[in-house]
Amino acid sequence: MRPVPAALALSARSLVKRFDDLTAVDGLDLDVHAGTCLALLGPNGAGKTTTIEMLEGLTQPTSGSIEVLGLQWNGSANAIRERIGVQLQDTKLQEKITTFETLRLFQSFYDAVRPIDEVLEMVGMTEKRGARVETLSGGQHQRLTLACALVGRPELLFLDEPTTGLDPQARRRVWEIVETFKTEGGTVLLTTHYMEEAQRLADRVVIVDAGRVIAEGTPSEVIAGLEAESIVELFPAGGTAERLADDALLVLPGVREVRREGSGVTLVVTDTQASVGALLAHLGEVGVALESLQTHAPTLEDVFMDLTGKHLRDG
Amino acid sequence: MASGHDVSRGASRQALRWKEVRELSRHRTLAFIRQPEAVFWVFAFPMVLAAVLGFAFQSGEPAKSHIALLEGAHANRLLERLTADERVELTRFPDVAAAERALRSGKVDLFLTDPAASPPALRLDPVRAEAESARLRVLVALGELDEDALALDTVEEKGSRYVDFLFPGLLGMNLMGTGLWAIGFAIAELRQRKILKRLLVTPMRKSSFLASFLVSRLFFLVLELVLLTAFGFWVLDVPLRGSIVLFALVSLLGATAFAGLGLLCASRVKTIEGVSGMLNLVMMPMWLGSGVFFSYERFPDAVQPLLRALPLTALNDALRELMLDGSGVRDILPEVLVLALWLVVPFVVALRVFRWS
Ligand SMILES: Nc1ncnc2c1ncn2[C@@H]1O[C@H](COP(=O)(O)OP(=O)(O)OP(=O)(O)O)[C@@H](O)[C@H]1O
Ligand SMILES: [Mg+2]
Repeated sequence: MRPVPAALALSARSLVKRFDDLTAVDGLDLDVHAGTCLALLGPNGAGKTTTIEMLEGLTQPTSGSIEVLGLQWNGSANAIRERIGVQLQDTKLQEKITTFETLRLFQSFYDAVRPIDEVLEMVGMTEKRGARVETLSGGQHQRLTLACALVGRPELLFLDEPTTGLDPQARRRVWEIVETFKTEGGTVLLTTHYMEEAQRLADRVVIVDAGRVIAEGTPSEVIAGLEAESIVELFPAGGTAERLADDALLVLPGVREVRREGSGVTLVVTDTQASVGALLAHLGEVGVALESLQTHAPTLEDVFMDLTGKHLRDG
Repeated sequence: MASGHDVSRGASRQALRWKEVRELSRHRTLAFIRQPEAVFWVFAFPMVLAAVLGFAFQSGEPAKSHIALLEGAHANRLLERLTADERVELTRFPDVAAAERALRSGKVDLFLTDPAASPPALRLDPVRAEAESARLRVLVALGELDEDALALDTVEEKGSRYVDFLFPGLLGMNLMGTGLWAIGFAIAELRQRKILKRLLVTPMRKSSFLASFLVSRLFFLVLELVLLTAFGFWVLDVPLRGSIVLFALVSLLGATAFAGLGLLCASRVKTIEGVSGMLNLVMMPMWLGSGVFFSYERFPDAVQPLLRALPLTALNDALRELMLDGSGVRDILPEVLVLALWLVVPFVVALRVFRWS
């Protein structure tokens, strides 16, 4: 186990945000230790952006308290802003301005700054130094907004869905940038729909749904909370699916839960070998032909499915 | 943070603010000049407009009166006198219906139904000013009216032509347009792109942000004013009789007032479309009622005080007095006061209601 760092870079207690009759964030507690990365994981509309924008001082919470780097927004706003870096969910930078000019603008706001060439190097945009924003690809634009967040030498980085809409390669580049920032001792709070992202970057994850925390811990703790050895997904061949009864599947050895989605059946199992053996025998008895059968180690996605019956993201 | 930063904090804070104002202003300016279409509408378009209108109304020749006559209307001596008159142009029509049509559509100013009658029988639309002058010319040409009775005193003197009236109005209209658009559009764009929100999570001072708009506005104002005034002075021959310093100050005051109004218009709107509608709504009454193309004194007396209270009216009046009459600061005091009010009130309100996110 990693040693628990002493200082809290960020902490929130009983955070609530209401919009008219909708409660977007419903009593959230968060702690991020200095030098660690916390991922806020949740589906569309879970309240991730609302939460992160309250922590960034952009949105006034309906109730609850927030402490950022030991300071409160009320009274120390500029001292906090001096020390944080932010990437919003969808900023579109000025098109006619070049990469370098954009960074020079953001750099001018801060006391302690990182040299622009160093930031460009960090985000791998050195060749795009003189390119206008309008000529950048989606991934490059995303890295530029990340660079804008880094140019003020932040201690704490807020990233709201930093890789949504990016292709796998561009996503990996963003992950590398965040990892570099972490190895330099930085603290990160990020939101994401992607469990791979949380699993790779986060020391701790907080899974939220409808404004509430439904699970939290290190990725392995959260997955362990599922109390499953593996997940079995089977697709019966056309026309034979109805011969499978959930009740019959549930009494097979080691099967903890049965879920259906379309024609597929998903089993959460505690003993892979026993369950799969019994399952195959059962399929033979009732005359179900298999189109495919897969097993995999449980992921955060499965935890989320188990807790809410929903996917983190569609498709 | 390391305490090393704090030692020179006071001095470096000040330097930092200058730096952020400079960078924000540079950003603003570059974003503008890298949009050729924006540059065209601000600089080239008003010059083209002034040139076209100026030349159209500048020529020494008075506009001719167009008179409709029926074909076969028998030529007599009187009619020859009419043909000989340079200020009159005759057009023949095959029948009454055709002539009536031409009259209705404004192709001719007057339809001479019977030139031989005394006084000659004619039809015209009394609402059109051209019809009246056409009637006078016809009456004079046909000997029905003594030319001396008209006692024409031609205005050709520099400073009293239509173009002299027009030019200060165009200048004022341009200051209004660029002031409102430069601020209103830019802020709506920054908000729509979420850049405004992004700036809000940096330690940038809001005052620096607002100051940068004034700085870049001032930069373009100087360019705009010098270019347009030089064009008016050298090409259109419009005089600048008053103090040039006062002229610059009044322009600055007007431009700043419109910048404040632009800020107010953009203080809440979320989209570029929203601000466009709003700005057009604000400008429309002033295009018509502030004496750009024609004197606002043509409007009914009841609305005169209202028109005079508009910022563009005040600016146009002050510019005209300075350019054409060579007035001093005392003469334009009322206009200056109106502009000052338009500077302070929208600015204060805008700062109160402005939405950053
Ligand atoms: N300004 C607002 N006014 C009213 N409702 C809002 C406002 N902002 C957010 N909401 C609502 O609050 C809920 C949470 O929204 P939020 O943007 O925080 O979700 P999210 O987890 O970031 O979703 P996504 O993954 O799509 O970005 C949603 O139901 C949203 O419609
Ligand atoms: Mg969001």
